[in-house]
Amino acid sequence: MSVEQEQTERTIRCLVAKVGLDGHDRGAHVIARALRDAGFEVIYSGLHRAPDEVVQAAVQEDVDVVGISILSGAHNTLVPKILDGLKEYDAFDDRLILVGGIVPDDDQEELRGQGVDEIFGPGASMEEMIDYIHQNAPER
Amino acid sequence: MSDLVADLLAGKHSALARVITKIENRSPGYREIISDLHQHTGTADVVGVTGSPGAGKSTLVDKVAATYRERGQTVGVIAIDPSSPFSGGAVLGDRIRMASNAGDMDMFFRSMSARGSLGGLSTATTDAVTALDAFGKDKIIVETVGAGQNEVDIVRTADTVAVLVPPGSGDDVQMLKAGILEIGDVFVVNKADLDGADRTVQQLREMLQGQSGRPNSGHHGATELAADDAEADAEESGTETWDPPIVETVANRGEGVEDFLNALADHGDYLDRTGRREGQARERFAAEIRTLLREDANELLVDELDRRGGIEQYVDAVIERHTDPYTVVDEVLAPLRECLDEPRDEN
Repeated sequence: MSVEQEQTERTIRCLVAKVGLDGHDRGAHVIARALRDAGFEVIYSGLHRAPDEVVQAAVQEDVDVVGISILSGAHNTLVPKILDGLKEYDAFDDRLILVGGIVPDDDQEELRGQGVDEIFGPGASMEEMIDYIHQNAPER
Repeated sequence: MSDLVADLLAGKHSALARVITKIENRSPGYREIISDLHQHTGTADVVGVTGSPGAGKSTLVDKVAATYRERGQTVGVIAIDPSSPFSGGAVLGDRIRMASNAGDMDMFFRSMSARGSLGGLSTATTDAVTALDAFGKDKIIVETVGAGQNEVDIVRTADTVAVLVPPGSGDDVQMLKAGILEIGDVFVVNKADLDGADRTVQQLREMLQGQSGRPNSGHHGATELAADDAEADAEESGTETWDPPIVETVANRGEGVEDFLNALADHGDYLDRTGRREGQARERFAAEIRTLLREDANELLVDELDRRGGIEQYVDAVIERHTDPYTVVDEVLAPLRECLDEPRDEN
């Protein structure tokens, strides 16, 4: 009985990462708190992280969800670097990769093609994101 | 031996991370993993760092780790943060301070939350240290907020315990209340550039002198789990005692980090010289065995209670004054007692 209980209540770990030079972290803070209140364990990276720092954090913390917040428009440069790094350390397949920020439609398609699971733009609600994570968090 | 264990021993970072996840979740099979890893441990130096929130633990740990890395040593850090007792969620923020080691994979940093409901955080920490040790880390640092019994238990996983005290952190009574004097092998007054740092150092020194001359000083002597033979060992090894040094640092500028590392190294030498390192290891393993026995026996009893129809009926009976808690416990434990006594009688 206890084993079943532990499995259904497995704590989901999320990385909330700010990559690159953009300094807007209000949204990331709000998201980190909302995820915490949803019962997730949230690792917040802090501002101005390089892609390899995000990879380091995602691998070592063994997170289920890698949330990348980019508002600078540099997603086409930064996100692929993170994806490559995760693959290099064998930490890509069993992780949900989410991008938050302002991403034009054309770029969205491209990013999804590279392995991003979902993109949340302006106006996306917390419930939407939390539901998405609950439904799609990888089985381990 | 599972693939995961093989991958960890082969130095695969993601395998190490997954093993720690299994330890945290107590996933099926984690016990076998720890059992397999145990024989590969025993080479790492384990340092515990504790102190009040905002004392600068993460910043100091970051600088210490960076210095070890410059010396060519590999480092593992476990940082423990509290979790919300309501949602069970947590924001683990210690990583933000680890800027000096960004992108360096041989600096393995892992945040753990105090998952209240699962309990046994100190067991999980011990197991995570085992995983890092087996992975081959030279130095392992366990960082935790220094308040409460849980944290005291956690720092006992360390060979050397450093206690950080920020300047102006209250009067003597506050220090005593927290019980930090007993657990520290090295004291660090961080933010030593702030007003009041001198005073804090002075107070700390007075407090430490007040308790000097005590045989077997240090946190490991104070444990209730210390067996009699461990104390006898200490007496045999002579009367040399350890006077905890006080180091002043300004961690965010990296000042005093060398002094701190020297103090840690001195304590390590002391442990080797007096044979206390082995004594500590013995105490630690004895404590671990006791804890595991207690937890596992507890689980057996929970199952037994379920089989008997749950605890509620007993509670009802106790409330109705038909029976009392002691009698209930005797009744539930009776079969167990019989089982344990039987083979002894035959012998």
